[in-house]
Amino acid sequence: MSDVIETDVVIIGAGPVGLFAVFELGLFDMKCHLVDILDRPGGQCTELYPEKPIYDIPAWPSILAQDLVDKLLEQIEPFKPTYSFNRMIAGIEQLEDGRFRLSTDDQEVIEAKVVVIAAGGGSFQPKRPPIPGIEAFENESVFYSVRRMEAFRGEDVLIVGGGDSALDWTLNLQPLARSLTLVHRRPEFRAAPDSVNKMYALQEMKKLDFEVGQVTALKGDGGKLQSATVKGPNGEVEVPCTRLLPFFGLTMKLGPISDWGLELKDNLVVVDTEKFETTRPGIFAIGDINWYPGKLKLILSGFHEAALMAQAAKRIVSPGERVVFQYTTSSTNLQKKLGVA
Amino acid sequence: MTKLTYIAFDGTRFDVDASDGSTVMENAIRNDVPGIDAECGGACACATCHVYVDEAWTDVVGEPEAMEEDMLDFAYDVRPNSRLSCQIKVRPELDGLTVSVPERQG
Repeated sequence: MSDVIETDVVIIGAGPVGLFAVFELGLFDMKCHLVDILDRPGGQCTELYPEKPIYDIPAWPSILAQDLVDKLLEQIEPFKPTYSFNRMIAGIEQLEDGRFRLSTDDQEVIEAKVVVIAAGGGSFQPKRPPIPGIEAFENESVFYSVRRMEAFRGEDVLIVGGGDSALDWTLNLQPLARSLTLVHRRPEFRAAPDSVNKMYALQEMKKLDFEVGQVTALKGDGGKLQSATVKGPNGEVEVPCTRLLPFFGLTMKLGPISDWGLELKDNLVVVDTEKFETTRPGIFAIGDINWYPGKLKLILSGFHEAALMAQAAKRIVSPGERVVFQYTTSSTNLQKKLGVA
Repeated sequence: MTKLTYIAFDGTRFDVDASDGSTVMENAIRNDVPGIDAECGGACACATCHVYVDEAWTDVVGEPEAMEEDMLDFAYDVRPNSRLSCQIKVRPELDGLTVSVPERQG
């Protein structure tokens, strides 16, 4: 078994609310480990709208989403949180001593006294394109990411999309594939111009095909893909293919958390408004992922929830210890933790 | 107030009064028009408020900007009259605008 990461609190989701929870928990000397399916902290702020201004963060008349994340990272720096990126929590079990053992999809094991779900809209997962019957070909002929390039050697590869993933894999797989076709809805791309130019150059040399259009149907048998119908401005064409890589961006799904036996309401985790604890003691939920009467999906509500959750988490992490409420403005003790006194 | 009409995928018609400056997406959500998900809340960061603008209105409504075109790549069954409703601001010239909701969002 791989090394076990031991921590006081494991936070699922490194968005703004998960990050601020590190601060509130840190003030009470709790060590945090964050797990996120993305490759960096920031959640939706970083992934969806880094350059959009947010106008309802207290004391910030306007702040860009990425700047908010950067400020939060600076604020929690004294508490030295640790991270597992590109990971999704796959399983959870409760140990005899009351602690939780969580495993990620990469077999990483984390043991913590408290679990905080701060997963926002859920985990980001590749969007399944709306092509009828695509499920039947998944993991056999249809893949949403390239784990091993060798799996595409000698195959007739069809890539759909117009962003960097689509263009990068077009360029990387072209030398290996028997044939490669790129399909995109329009001749303009979102990808880096350099990649687009390279793609067009390969098309000139007849080393790949580029079709403008949308995939409307798949043909094949027993999970093995044979061809795809591409509907373009000049009608339909049938593109022979044995591998399909659709890049349609990311969507958010609640994921495995839905199997943890927590009370849910419309795919949100039900919590109380004193501790923001779920129906399983020791597991908390804060931010957009939770529900309680009057819930507003605002970052500032998540911050408030993090502060109250931390009080309750402390009682679990350090049972019997008195939880003293202090202000960062006047408490030397807190200021020491923040490295300012 | 500007009058907007939404045609849901099942054909149900929703006539709403919209205030100028609000978006076509916001009015759909406020009036419970089915089929508009607006996952990102209007940041032009998903493609789940996709609508078809009635052909008679496409010129008045106008073309999507580059960022919206990029997001439309993620929508389902994109047509020349496709728009993301969060990017259409209600204004007096749009009085009577009709949009239809696609079979599903991306």
